[in-house]
Amino acid sequence: MSSRISPDAWIKVFMGLLVLVMLFSLGSGRVDITFVQTLKILLSPVIPLGSDISDTLYSVIVDVRLPRILAGMMVGGALAVSGASFQGVFQNPLVSPHILGVAAGAGFGAALAILLFDNIWLIHLTSFVFGLAAVGMAYALSRVYKMTPVLMLVLSGIVVGSLFSALTSFLKYIADPMNKMPAIVFWLLGSLNHVSFRDILITAPVFIICISILLLVRWRINLLAMGDEDARTLGVNTEALKLTIIVCATIATASAVCISGIIGWIGIMIPHIGRLIVGPDHKYLLPISLVIGAAYLVAVDTIARTALTTEIPIGILTAIFGAPVFALLLRKTQKAG
Amino acid sequence: MHGQVDITGLAFGYTEQNPIFSDIDMLLDPGQVFCLLGPNGSGKSTLLKCIMQVLTPAAGRVVVDGEDLSGLGANQIAAKLGFVPQTLVSAFPFTVEEIVVMGRASQIRMTASPSRKDREMAMAALERMDIAHLALRPCNQLSGGEWQQVLIARALTHSPQVLLLDEPTSHLDIGNQVKILETVNRLAEDGITILMASHFPDHAFLTAHQVGILKTGRLQALGNPDDTLCESVLYDTYGIHIRVVALEKGVNRKICIPLLQETNRPVPAKEVS
Repeated sequence: MSSRISPDAWIKVFMGLLVLVMLFSLGSGRVDITFVQTLKILLSPVIPLGSDISDTLYSVIVDVRLPRILAGMMVGGALAVSGASFQGVFQNPLVSPHILGVAAGAGFGAALAILLFDNIWLIHLTSFVFGLAAVGMAYALSRVYKMTPVLMLVLSGIVVGSLFSALTSFLKYIADPMNKMPAIVFWLLGSLNHVSFRDILITAPVFIICISILLLVRWRINLLAMGDEDARTLGVNTEALKLTIIVCATIATASAVCISGIIGWIGIMIPHIGRLIVGPDHKYLLPISLVIGAAYLVAVDTIARTALTTEIPIGILTAIFGAPVFALLLRKTQKAG
Repeated sequence: MHGQVDITGLAFGYTEQNPIFSDIDMLLDPGQVFCLLGPNGSGKSTLLKCIMQVLTPAAGRVVVDGEDLSGLGANQIAAKLGFVPQTLVSAFPFTVEEIVVMGRASQIRMTASPSRKDREMAMAALERMDIAHLALRPCNQLSGGEWQQVLIARALTHSPQVLLLDEPTSHLDIGNQVKILETVNRLAEDGITILMASHFPDHAFLTAHQVGILKTGRLQALGNPDDTLCESVLYDTYGIHIRVVALEKGVNRKICIPLLQETNRPVPAKEVS
C-alpha cells in the first residue's frame, strides 16, 4: 500500500486523523459537548464566545480535558518515536523503549516518592530521575569494552531492570496496604488522570527538544540499523550517534513515564504499524510513528475515561488492545515476507 | 592518479599477548588488484577491518595517498576507502535503493537526509553494477549474488579510490563468482585500487597483480601470482596437494587443481625462484 500513496501524503493523512481524534475526545466524557460547541470554545481566543456556552462547559474543555489530551499526545508520540529509534539502534523490531530499564527505574522512583512524600509533583520528579539513573547504570555496565556493543547494552538493561523491579516489589510489600499500596499499583498501571497544566508546561520543552533531535538525525538511524561495524565503514561516528539517540529517546521515555506511569505496547506496536504504511526507512517512520502514537494514545485514553463510570488504568487498555493487534501485525508481516 | 596504499608494520590483537597478525607490509599502486589469501581463521577479515580503521591497529600505519588514516575521522576515511563486507544481515527490509544511498552517509550532514543528488548517485552506482532493476526490491528478497552486487554499488556511491572486499564470492555459485571477479577487474581498469580477501587461490590468477598469503599472523609469499603461487606454497597454506597448471589455447592463465589425499603424495619440494 505504500507504493500508491507517498509516505509524505500518509503522514498528512494521519495528522488529519490526529486532529479529528482530538476534537472527538474533547467532546466526549461525562458532560457531552457537541462538536460545534467544542470548536467554538477552542476558537474563543480568536472569536468571542457566544452566549450559548456556559462557563462550566468552557472549564471542562480547557481545564479538564485539554491538558489530558495534550499529555496523551505527548506521551503517545514520545513512546512511539523512542520505540522506533531504539528498534533502529538495537537492530531489532521487537525492542521496546523500556528496554534499557527506564520503566523499571521510573516505577521504583515513583513508588519510593509515594511512600515517602505523597506529593504528586515530587512523584513525577523522582520517577524521572530514577528512570534516567537506571539507563545510566545500564549504559555504564555495558561499557566493559571500550565500545558499547548492542548485546551488552540489552543484557545490562535487563539486569538493571530486574533489580529495580525487585526493589519496587519490596516497596509494595512494606507499603501500607490500605492507602499507599493501591496508589503505587495504580501509578504503575499508568494513567493520565493526574496530569496538570504545570506538568505539561514543564515536560513539553523536554519532549520537544528530544523528539526534535531524534527527528533531525532520523535518516542516520538507518545506518545504525545495519550494524555498528557496517555504519563505521560508511563513515559514521557510531558511538557519538548512538549515545545521542539513546540519551534523547531515554529522556523522552522517562518524561512520558513520569507523568503517565507505565504504559506498555505503544513503543512496539506503533512503529510496526508505521512500517506497514511507509516502509522501514526511518526518514518517514519516525514522523508517522509520532503522529499515529499521539492519535492512538488520545483515543485509548478517551475510552479509559468514558467506558466505565470509574476510570480504567490506561496501561491495562493498551495491553488488552496491543496484544491481539500485535499478533495480527506479525501475521501480516509474515505474509509480506 | 589516486589510490596508492602503503601499509607498514600493521599489527592487531584483541589482547596484547595474542596478536592475530603483526608486521604486515603492503604497497598497492593505483588501479592494482591485491588478492589476500589464507586459510580460514587466519585473520583476513580482521586485517581488512584494521586497514579500514574499524578496528584500531595495535601498531603500524596505513597511508593512502600520503595521508595516515589513523589521524582521520570516519567520514574522511570513507571518502577514500570503500568497504564491502562478506555478509550483512539487515533487521529491516530496506529497499535496495535505501541501502545503496546509505553509502553517501559520509557526504551527508549529520541532520540531513539524502538529497536528490545523493539518490541520483545511488541510481548511477546501481546502473554501473547493472542492477538498476533491483532498486525497489526489499533487501531480504535478494539472492546472494545480487546482495553482493548491491553492497559493491553501495561502496561505489562514496567514490572511493580504494575498495576493500571481504571474500566477495563466498556463498556464490560459479557464474556469480565469475561475474563478481569480472566486476573487480572492471573497477580496477577504472583506476580503483582493490584489496580483496579470497578463499580461492584461483581468484588470484583471475584478477590479481599482487598476491599475499596471511598465515600464522604474518603476510607470506608476497608477489605476483604467477611466480608466487606454486605447489609448495599452496601445500604450506592449505595442507593439501594442489597442482598448478598453466593452460594455454585461449585461456592463458594458471589454474589450481586440488588433488585428493588418498594418493599419498610426498610433500612438494620447495621451488627456488
